[in-house]
Amino acid sequence: MSTIHHSEPVGPTVNPEMAGVEVRGLTRASFILRGALATGALYGAGTVAPFVTTALAQGGGGDAEILNFALTLEYLESDFYNVKAKEVGLKGQAKSYAALFGEEEQDHVVALTGFVKQLGGKPVTKPTFVFPVSDESSFLALASVLENTGVGAYNGAAPSVKSKTVLAGAGSIVQIEARHAAAIDLLIGKSPTPDQGFDRPLTKAEVLAKAGPLIKAA
Amino acid sequence: MSSPPNDEMAPQPVGLVERLVRDDVDRKRFLKMAGGAGAASFGAFVLAACGSSSSKTASTAAAPATTASTASASSDSGDVAILNYALTLEYLETEFYGKVVSAGLFNGPVGALIKEFGQQEMTHVEAIKGAVEKLGGTPAAKPQGKFPIENASQVAMLAYTVENLGASAYLGQAGNISNPEVLASALAIHTVEARHAATLGTLVKKSITPDGAFAKPADMSTVLAAVKPFLA
Repeated sequence: MSTIHHSEPVGPTVNPEMAGVEVRGLTRASFILRGALATGALYGAGTVAPFVTTALAQGGGGDAEILNFALTLEYLESDFYNVKAKEVGLKGQAKSYAALFGEEEQDHVVALTGFVKQLGGKPVTKPTFVFPVSDESSFLALASVLENTGVGAYNGAAPSVKSKTVLAGAGSIVQIEARHAAAIDLLIGKSPTPDQGFDRPLTKAEVLAKAGPLIKAA
Repeated sequence: MSSPPNDEMAPQPVGLVERLVRDDVDRKRFLKMAGGAGAASFGAFVLAACGSSSSKTASTAAAPATTASTASASSDSGDVAILNYALTLEYLETEFYGKVVSAGLFNGPVGALIKEFGQQEMTHVEAIKGAVEKLGGTPAAKPQGKFPIENASQVAMLAYTVENLGASAYLGQAGNISNPEVLASALAIHTVEARHAATLGTLVKKSITPDGAFAKPADMSTVLAAVKPFLA
Protein backbone atom coordinates (compact mmCIF):
# COMPACT_ATOMS: atom_id res chain seq x y z
CA MET A 1 0.00 0.00 0.00
CA SER A 2 3.00 2.26 0.32
CA THR A 3 2.87 2.90 -3.39
CA ILE A 4 -0.51 4.59 -3.14
CA HIS A 5 -0.44 8.33 -2.88
CA HIS A 6 -3.63 9.10 -1.04
CA SER A 7 -3.47 12.78 -1.65
CA GLU A 8 -3.00 12.54 -5.39
CA PRO A 9 -5.99 12.37 -7.70
CA VAL A 10 -4.35 9.70 -9.80
CA GLY A 11 -1.28 8.23 -8.19
CA PRO A 12 0.53 5.01 -8.96
CA THR A 13 -1.29 2.14 -7.38
CA VAL A 14 -1.08 -1.61 -7.30
CA ASN A 15 -4.38 -1.67 -9.16
CA PRO A 16 -4.28 0.35 -12.35
CA GLU A 17 -8.00 -0.23 -12.93
CA MET A 18 -8.76 1.61 -9.73
CA ALA A 19 -6.42 4.46 -10.41
CA GLY A 20 -8.58 6.01 -13.07
CA VAL A 21 -11.50 6.49 -10.78
CA GLU A 22 -11.36 9.72 -8.91
CA VAL A 23 -14.36 10.59 -6.84
CA ARG A 24 -12.50 12.35 -4.12
CA GLY A 25 -13.77 15.82 -4.82
CA LEU A 26 -17.36 14.83 -5.02
CA THR A 27 -17.34 12.63 -1.98
CA ARG A 28 -15.69 15.44 -0.10
CA ALA A 29 -18.64 17.55 -1.10
CA SER A 30 -21.01 14.81 -0.09
CA PHE A 31 -19.33 14.56 3.25
CA ILE A 32 -19.70 18.25 3.82
CA LEU A 33 -23.27 17.96 2.73
CA ARG A 34 -23.95 15.13 5.11
CA GLY A 35 -22.66 17.19 7.99
CA ALA A 36 -24.85 20.04 6.92
CA LEU A 37 -27.80 17.74 6.47
CA ALA A 38 -27.51 16.46 9.98
CA THR A 39 -28.07 19.93 11.27
CA GLY A 40 -31.00 20.47 8.98
CA ALA A 41 -29.38 22.99 6.67
CA LEU A 42 -28.48 21.70 3.26
CA TYR A 43 -25.50 23.69 2.09
CA GLY A 44 -24.34 27.05 1.00
CA ALA A 45 -24.00 26.61 -2.72
CA GLY A 46 -20.91 28.81 -2.66
CA THR A 47 -19.21 26.54 -0.16
CA VAL A 48 -19.84 23.20 -1.78
CA ALA A 49 -20.19 23.95 -5.45
CA PRO A 50 -16.44 24.26 -6.14
CA PHE A 51 -15.85 20.73 -4.88
CA VAL A 52 -18.58 19.33 -7.05
CA THR A 53 -17.39 21.26 -10.05
CA THR A 54 -13.90 19.91 -9.53
CA ALA A 55 -15.17 16.38 -9.18
CA LEU A 56 -17.31 16.55 -12.26
CA ALA A 57 -14.50 18.12 -14.23
CA GLN A 58 -12.06 15.39 -13.30
CA GLY A 59 -14.71 12.71 -13.81
CA GLY A 60 -12.02 10.07 -14.45
CA GLY A 61 -12.39 7.69 -17.32
CA GLY A 62 -16.15 7.76 -17.28
CA ASP A 63 -18.79 5.22 -16.48
CA ALA A 64 -16.95 2.17 -17.78
CA GLU A 65 -14.04 2.90 -15.48
CA ILE A 66 -16.30 3.41 -12.50
CA LEU A 67 -17.98 0.12 -13.31
CA ASN A 68 -14.60 -1.58 -13.53
CA PHE A 69 -13.75 -0.21 -10.11
CA ALA A 70 -17.01 -1.70 -8.83
CA LEU A 71 -16.30 -4.94 -10.67
CA THR A 72 -12.99 -5.34 -8.84
CA LEU A 73 -14.75 -4.96 -5.51
CA GLU A 74 -17.43 -7.43 -6.53
CA TYR A 75 -14.78 -9.94 -7.61
CA LEU A 76 -13.24 -9.52 -4.20
CA GLU A 77 -16.51 -10.10 -2.37
CA SER A 78 -17.48 -13.01 -4.57
CA ASP A 79 -14.14 -14.72 -4.01
CA PHE A 80 -14.38 -14.10 -0.29
CA TYR A 81 -17.80 -15.73 0.08
CA ASN A 82 -17.46 -18.42 -2.56
CA VAL A 83 -13.87 -19.54 -2.01
CA LYS A 84 -12.51 -18.29 1.29
CA ALA A 85 -15.67 -19.19 3.21
CA LYS A 86 -15.22 -22.83 2.29
CA GLU A 87 -11.59 -22.85 3.39
CA VAL A 88 -12.52 -21.36 6.74
CA GLY A 89 -15.44 -23.71 7.30
CA LEU A 90 -18.41 -21.70 8.51
CA LYS A 91 -21.40 -22.97 10.41
CA GLY A 92 -25.02 -22.03 10.97
CA GLN A 93 -26.12 -18.51 10.10
CA ALA A 94 -22.65 -17.48 8.96
CA LYS A 95 -22.59 -20.36 6.52
CA SER A 96 -26.01 -19.61 5.06
CA TYR A 97 -25.23 -15.90 4.75
CA ALA A 98 -21.97 -16.70 2.95
CA ALA A 99 -23.81 -19.00 0.55
CA LEU A 100 -26.52 -16.44 -0.22
CA PHE A 101 -24.23 -13.42 -0.38
CA GLY A 102 -21.71 -15.32 -2.49
CA GLU A 103 -24.40 -16.02 -5.04
CA GLU A 104 -25.54 -12.41 -5.08
CA GLU A 105 -22.02 -10.97 -5.36
CA GLN A 106 -21.35 -13.33 -8.25
CA ASP A 107 -24.53 -12.04 -9.93
CA HIS A 108 -23.10 -8.54 -9.53
CA VAL A 109 -19.84 -9.65 -11.15
CA VAL A 110 -21.71 -11.06 -14.14
CA ALA A 111 -23.93 -8.00 -14.51
CA LEU A 112 -21.07 -5.51 -14.21
CA THR A 113 -18.91 -7.47 -16.65
CA GLY A 114 -21.67 -7.40 -19.24
CA PHE A 115 -22.35 -3.77 -18.61
CA VAL A 116 -18.75 -2.67 -19.04
CA LYS A 117 -18.75 -4.46 -22.38
CA GLN A 118 -21.99 -2.80 -23.45
CA LEU A 119 -20.44 0.56 -22.70
CA GLY A 120 -17.61 -0.37 -25.02
CA GLY A 121 -15.11 -0.89 -22.21
CA LYS A 122 -12.88 -3.81 -21.35
CA PRO A 123 -13.85 -5.57 -18.13
CA VAL A 124 -10.98 -5.91 -15.66
CA THR A 125 -9.72 -9.43 -15.18
CA LYS A 126 -10.26 -11.07 -11.85
CA PRO A 127 -7.35 -10.28 -9.52
CA THR A 128 -5.89 -12.72 -7.01
CA PHE A 129 -6.89 -12.05 -3.45
CA VAL A 130 -5.42 -12.70 -0.03
CA PHE A 131 -7.78 -12.73 2.92
CA PRO A 132 -6.16 -12.63 6.35
CA VAL A 133 -8.85 -14.69 8.07
CA SER A 134 -8.57 -18.07 9.74
CA ASP A 135 -11.82 -18.71 11.53
CA GLU A 136 -15.48 -17.76 11.55
CA SER A 137 -15.09 -14.74 13.75
CA SER A 138 -12.27 -13.18 11.72
CA PHE A 139 -14.18 -14.06 8.55
CA LEU A 140 -17.29 -12.23 9.73
CA ALA A 141 -15.28 -9.26 10.93
CA LEU A 142 -13.76 -8.88 7.47
CA ALA A 143 -17.15 -9.47 5.84
CA SER A 144 -18.46 -6.48 7.77
CA VAL A 145 -15.57 -4.32 6.57
CA LEU A 146 -16.02 -5.43 2.95
CA GLU A 147 -19.77 -4.91 2.83
CA ASN A 148 -19.67 -1.55 4.55
CA THR A 149 -16.81 -0.47 2.30
CA GLY A 150 -18.86 -1.59 -0.69
CA VAL A 151 -21.75 0.62 0.38
CA GLY A 152 -19.48 3.62 0.80
CA ALA A 153 -17.71 2.96 -2.49
CA TYR A 154 -20.90 2.83 -4.53
CA ASN A 155 -22.43 5.79 -2.74
CA GLY A 156 -19.23 7.75 -3.26
CA ALA A 157 -18.93 6.97 -6.94
CA ALA A 158 -22.59 7.12 -7.97
CA PRO A 159 -22.93 10.91 -8.24
CA SER A 160 -20.07 10.88 -10.79
CA VAL A 161 -21.91 8.43 -13.02
CA LYS A 162 -23.16 10.01 -16.21
CA SER A 163 -25.58 7.44 -17.59
CA LYS A 164 -28.93 7.25 -15.84
CA THR A 165 -29.04 3.57 -16.66
CA VAL A 166 -25.69 2.93 -15.02
CA LEU A 167 -26.85 4.92 -12.02
CA ALA A 168 -29.99 2.81 -11.73
CA GLY A 169 -27.89 -0.34 -11.86
CA ALA A 170 -25.41 0.90 -9.28
CA GLY A 171 -28.28 1.91 -7.00
CA SER A 172 -29.83 -1.48 -7.38
CA ILE A 173 -26.57 -3.14 -6.34
CA VAL A 174 -25.61 -0.82 -3.49
CA GLN A 175 -28.93 -1.46 -1.80
CA ILE A 176 -28.00 -5.14 -1.67
CA GLU A 177 -24.56 -4.36 -0.24
CA ALA A 178 -26.27 -2.34 2.49
CA ARG A 179 -28.58 -5.22 3.30
CA HIS A 180 -25.64 -7.62 3.51
CA ALA A 181 -23.74 -5.19 5.72
CA ALA A 182 -26.64 -4.85 8.14
CA ALA A 183 -27.17 -8.60 8.40
CA ILE A 184 -23.48 -9.30 9.04
CA ASP A 185 -23.22 -6.50 11.58
CA LEU A 186 -26.25 -7.76 13.47
CA LEU A 187 -24.78 -11.24 13.52
CA ILE A 188 -21.56 -10.04 15.13
CA GLY A 189 -23.27 -7.70 17.55
CA LYS A 190 -22.46 -4.44 15.81
CA SER A 191 -24.84 -1.66 14.87
CA PRO A 192 -26.56 -2.30 11.54
CA THR A 193 -26.38 1.45 10.93
CA PRO A 194 -22.75 2.36 11.70
CA ASP A 195 -23.13 5.87 10.26
CA GLN A 196 -26.53 6.48 11.86
CA GLY A 197 -29.06 8.04 9.50
CA PHE A 198 -26.72 8.81 6.60
CA ASP A 199 -24.28 6.32 5.11
CA ARG A 200 -21.04 8.12 4.51
CA PRO A 201 -19.76 7.94 0.93
CA LEU A 202 -16.13 6.88 0.70
CA THR A 203 -13.32 8.37 -1.29
CA LYS A 204 -11.23 6.23 -3.58
CA ALA A 205 -8.35 6.45 -1.12
CA GLU A 206 -10.57 5.21 1.69
CA VAL A 207 -11.80 2.29 -0.38
CA LEU A 208 -8.26 1.39 -1.40
CA ALA A 209 -7.08 1.56 2.19
CA LYS A 210 -9.57 -1.19 3.04
CA ALA A 211 -9.58 -3.29 -0.10
CA GLY A 212 -6.10 -2.68 -1.48
CA PRO A 213 -4.17 -4.89 0.97
CA LEU A 214 -6.41 -7.82 0.00
CA ILE A 215 -5.58 -7.57 -3.68
CA LYS A 216 -2.44 -9.08 -5.16
CA ALA A 217 -1.43 -7.84 -8.60
CA ALA A 218 -3.86 -9.09 -11.21
CA MET B 1 -26.48 23.98 -10.63
CA SER B 2 -27.83 26.53 -8.22
CA SER B 3 -30.31 28.34 -10.36
CA PRO B 4 -32.49 30.89 -8.62
CA PRO B 5 -35.29 29.33 -6.64
CA ASN B 6 -38.81 30.02 -7.70
CA ASP B 7 -41.39 29.96 -4.95
CA GLU B 8 -44.26 30.17 -7.41
CA MET B 9 -43.76 26.64 -8.51
CA ALA B 10 -43.26 24.92 -5.20
CA PRO B 11 -45.62 21.98 -4.79
CA GLN B 12 -48.70 22.56 -2.72
CA PRO B 13 -47.57 22.25 0.87
CA VAL B 14 -50.89 21.07 2.25
CA GLY B 15 -52.30 17.61 1.72
CA LEU B 16 -49.86 16.87 -1.04
CA VAL B 17 -50.08 13.13 -0.86
CA GLU B 18 -53.83 13.07 -0.45
CA ARG B 19 -54.22 15.18 -3.53
CA LEU B 20 -51.80 13.08 -5.50
CA VAL B 21 -53.56 9.90 -4.59
CA ARG B 22 -57.07 11.20 -5.23
CA ASP B 23 -56.53 13.48 -8.14
CA ASP B 24 -55.11 11.70 -11.10
CA VAL B 25 -54.59 14.85 -13.11
CA ASP B 26 -52.58 16.37 -10.32
CA ARG B 27 -50.66 13.19 -9.89
CA LYS B 28 -49.70 13.08 -13.52
CA ARG B 29 -48.65 16.69 -13.50
CA PHE B 30 -46.60 16.02 -10.39
CA LEU B 31 -44.89 13.04 -11.92
CA LYS B 32 -44.14 15.04 -15.02
CA MET B 33 -42.70 17.76 -12.86
CA ALA B 34 -40.59 15.22 -11.05
CA GLY B 35 -38.97 14.32 -14.32
CA GLY B 36 -40.62 11.05 -15.26
CA ALA B 37 -42.19 8.11 -13.54
CA GLY B 38 -39.33 6.17 -12.10
CA ALA B 39 -35.88 5.02 -13.04
CA ALA B 40 -35.06 2.33 -15.53
CA SER B 41 -35.60 -1.09 -14.11
CA PHE B 42 -32.63 -3.26 -13.51
CA GLY B 43 -33.78 -5.50 -16.30
CA ALA B 44 -33.29 -2.58 -18.60
CA PHE B 45 -29.89 -1.98 -17.04
CA VAL B 46 -28.68 -5.49 -17.72
CA LEU B 47 -30.31 -6.17 -21.04
CA ALA B 48 -30.69 -2.86 -22.76
CA ALA B 49 -27.78 -0.99 -21.22
CA CYS B 50 -27.15 1.86 -23.60
CA GLY B 51 -30.26 1.19 -25.63
CA SER B 52 -33.60 2.88 -25.70
CA SER B 53 -34.22 2.93 -21.98
CA SER B 54 -31.07 4.87 -21.32
CA SER B 55 -31.80 7.53 -23.88
CA LYS B 56 -35.36 7.77 -22.65
CA THR B 57 -34.42 8.37 -19.04
CA ALA B 58 -31.65 10.68 -20.08
CA SER B 59 -33.97 12.84 -22.09
CA THR B 60 -36.57 13.16 -19.36
CA ALA B 61 -33.89 14.03 -16.85
CA ALA B 62 -32.13 16.42 -19.15
CA ALA B 63 -35.16 18.50 -19.97
CA PRO B 64 -37.19 19.06 -16.84
CA ALA B 65 -37.75 22.69 -17.69
CA THR B 66 -39.38 21.98 -21.02
CA THR B 67 -41.51 19.09 -19.84
CA ALA B 68 -42.79 21.05 -16.90
CA SER B 69 -43.11 24.24 -18.87
CA THR B 70 -46.55 25.18 -17.58
CA ALA B 71 -46.11 26.66 -14.14
CA SER B 72 -42.69 25.38 -13.33
CA ALA B 73 -39.52 26.27 -15.10
CA SER B 74 -36.64 26.11 -12.66
CA SER B 75 -34.10 23.34 -13.09
CA ASP B 76 -34.45 22.50 -9.42
CA SER B 77 -38.21 22.05 -9.60
CA GLY B 78 -37.89 18.32 -10.14
CA ASP B 79 -35.56 17.91 -7.18
CA VAL B 80 -37.82 19.87 -4.87
CA ALA B 81 -40.78 17.74 -5.88
CA ILE B 82 -38.78 14.54 -5.33
CA LEU B 83 -37.52 15.77 -1.97
CA ASN B 84 -41.05 16.62 -0.87
CA TYR B 85 -42.18 13.17 -1.90
CA ALA B 86 -39.33 11.66 0.16
CA LEU B 87 -40.19 14.00 3.03
CA THR B 88 -43.75 12.75 3.08
CA LEU B 89 -42.55 9.15 3.28
CA GLU B 90 -40.05 9.99 6.01
CA TYR B 91 -42.77 11.77 8.00
CA LEU B 92 -44.92 8.65 7.83
CA GLU B 93 -42.03 6.40 8.87
CA THR B 94 -41.19 8.67 11.77
CA GLU B 95 -44.79 8.72 12.96
CA PHE B 96 -45.02 4.96 12.59
CA TYR B 97 -41.92 4.28 14.68
CA GLY B 98 -43.08 6.83 17.24
CA LYS B 99 -46.33 4.96 17.70
CA VAL B 100 -44.56 1.62 17.89
CA VAL B 101 -42.21 2.90 20.57
CA SER B 102 -45.11 4.41 22.53
CA ALA B 103 -46.96 1.11 22.38
CA GLY B 104 -44.03 -0.50 24.19
CA LEU B 105 -44.19 -3.68 22.16
CA PHE B 106 -40.45 -4.25 22.02
CA ASN B 107 -37.89 -4.50 24.78
CA GLY B 108 -34.17 -5.10 25.04
CA PRO B 109 -31.92 -4.94 22.01
CA VAL B 110 -34.81 -5.10 19.53
CA GLY B 111 -36.58 -2.27 21.31
CA ALA B 112 -33.38 -0.25 21.19
CA LEU B 113 -33.04 -0.85 17.45
CA ILE B 114 -36.63 0.15 16.76
CA LYS B 115 -36.14 3.34 18.72
CA GLU B 116 -32.91 4.06 16.90
CA PHE B 117 -34.50 3.52 13.50
CA GLY B 118 -37.27 5.94 14.43
CA GLN B 119 -34.69 8.54 15.42
CA GLN B 120 -32.86 8.05 12.14
CA GLU B 121 -36.07 8.58 10.20
CA MET B 122 -36.50 11.80 12.12
CA THR B 123 -33.03 12.96 11.08
CA HIS B 124 -34.08 12.23 7.49
CA VAL B 125 -37.14 14.44 7.94
CA GLU B 126 -35.04 17.29 9.30
CA ALA B 127 -32.40 16.93 6.58
CA ILE B 128 -34.89 16.82 3.73
CA LYS B 129 -36.88 19.76 5.08
CA GLY B 130 -33.68 21.76 5.19
CA ALA B 131 -32.79 20.67 1.68
CA VAL B 132 -36.16 21.73 0.26
CA GLU B 133 -35.83 25.12 1.89
CA LYS B 134 -32.28 25.60 0.63
CA LEU B 135 -33.49 24.82 -2.87
CA GLY B 136 -36.09 27.54 -2.49
CA GLY B 137 -39.06 25.24 -2.16
CA THR B 138 -41.75 24.88 0.46
CA PRO B 139 -41.47 21.67 2.49
CA ALA B 140 -44.48 19.39 2.22
CA ALA B 141 -46.79 19.46 5.21
CA LYS B 142 -46.63 16.61 7.68
CA PRO B 143 -49.30 14.11 6.70
CA GLN B 144 -51.55 12.49 9.26
CA GLY B 145 -50.85 8.79 9.36
CA LYS B 146 -52.81 5.84 10.67
CA PHE B 147 -51.11 2.57 11.43
CA PRO B 148 -52.50 -0.69 12.72
CA ILE B 149 -50.55 -1.37 15.92
CA GLU B 150 -51.66 -4.74 17.29
CA ASN B 151 -48.80 -6.87 18.47
CA ALA B 152 -45.06 -7.21 18.14
CA SER B 153 -44.95 -9.67 15.26
CA GLN B 154 -47.57 -7.83 13.22
CA VAL B 155 -45.80 -4.52 13.79
CA ALA B 156 -42.39 -5.97 12.91
CA MET B 157 -43.84 -7.34 9.70
CA LEU B 158 -45.39 -3.97 8.88
CA ALA B 159 -42.08 -2.23 9.60
CA TYR B 160 -40.31 -4.67 7.27
CA THR B 161 -42.83 -3.86 4.53
CA VAL B 162 -42.57 -0.12 5.09
CA GLU B 163 -38.76 -0.11 5.02
CA ASN B 164 -38.62 -2.19 1.87
CA LEU B 165 -41.05 0.22 0.28
CA GLY B 166 -38.94 3.17 1.40
CA ALA B 167 -35.78 1.66 -0.04
CA SER B 168 -37.47 0.97 -3.37
CA ALA B 169 -38.92 4.49 -3.40
CA TYR B 170 -35.48 6.11 -3.06
CA LEU B 171 -34.04 3.77 -5.64
CA GLY B 172 -36.87 4.69 -8.01
CA GLN B 173 -35.96 8.38 -7.83
CA ALA B 174 -32.17 8.17 -8.13
CA GLY B 175 -32.22 8.64 -11.88
CA ASN B 176 -34.64 11.55 -11.69
CA ILE B 177 -32.54 13.76 -9.41
CA SER B 178 -30.58 16.46 -11.20
CA ASN B 179 -28.56 18.08 -8.41
CA PRO B 180 -25.50 15.89 -7.60
CA GLU B 181 -25.57 16.91 -3.95
CA VAL B 182 -29.22 16.02 -3.60
CA LEU B 183 -28.39 12.71 -5.27
CA ALA B 184 -25.50 12.03 -2.88
CA SER B 185 -27.80 12.68 0.07
CA ALA B 186 -30.61 10.56 -1.31
CA LEU B 187 -28.16 7.69 -1.78
CA ALA B 188 -26.86 8.11 1.77
CA ILE B 189 -30.43 7.77 3.03
CA HIS B 190 -31.34 5.03 0.55
CA THR B 191 -28.81 2.56 1.95
CA VAL B 192 -29.87 3.30 5.51
CA GLU B 193 -33.46 2.39 4.62
CA ALA B 194 -32.03 -0.81 3.15
CA ARG B 195 -30.15 -1.53 6.38
CA HIS B 196 -33.36 -1.05 8.34
CA ALA B 197 -35.23 -3.37 5.99
CA ALA B 198 -32.60 -6.09 6.27
CA THR B 199 -32.49 -5.81 10.05
CA LEU B 200 -36.25 -6.19 10.25
CA GLY B 201 -36.02 -9.07 7.80
CA THR B 202 -33.87 -10.98 10.27
CA LEU B 203 -36.37 -10.15 12.99
CA VAL B 204 -39.42 -11.48 11.13
CA LYS B 205 -37.45 -14.30 9.52
CA LYS B 206 -38.06 -13.03 6.02
CA SER B 207 -35.51 -12.58 3.28
CA ILE B 208 -33.04 -9.79 3.86
CA THR B 209 -32.78 -9.47 0.08
CA PRO B 210 -36.37 -10.03 -1.10
CA ASP B 211 -35.55 -8.94 -4.65
CA GLY B 212 -32.48 -11.15 -4.91
CA ALA B 213 -29.16 -9.68 -6.02
CA PHE B 214 -30.68 -6.58 -7.62
CA ALA B 215 -33.04 -4.36 -5.66
CA LYS B 216 -36.08 -3.24 -7.59
CA PRO B 217 -37.03 0.43 -7.82
CA ALA B 218 -40.60 1.58 -7.31
CA ASP B 219 -42.02 4.59 -9.07
CA MET B 220 -43.96 7.33 -7.38
CA SER B 221 -47.45 6.17 -8.26
CA THR B 222 -46.73 2.63 -7.05
CA VAL B 223 -45.35 3.90 -3.76
CA LEU B 224 -48.18 6.37 -3.21
CA ALA B 225 -50.75 3.68 -3.84
CA ALA B 226 -49.00 1.44 -1.30
CA VAL B 227 -48.87 4.26 1.22
CA LYS B 228 -52.50 5.30 0.84
CA PRO B 229 -53.87 2.89 3.47
CA PHE B 230 -51.61 4.54 6.04
CA LEU B 231 -53.00 8.02 5.50
CA ALA B 232 -55.66 9.12 7.94
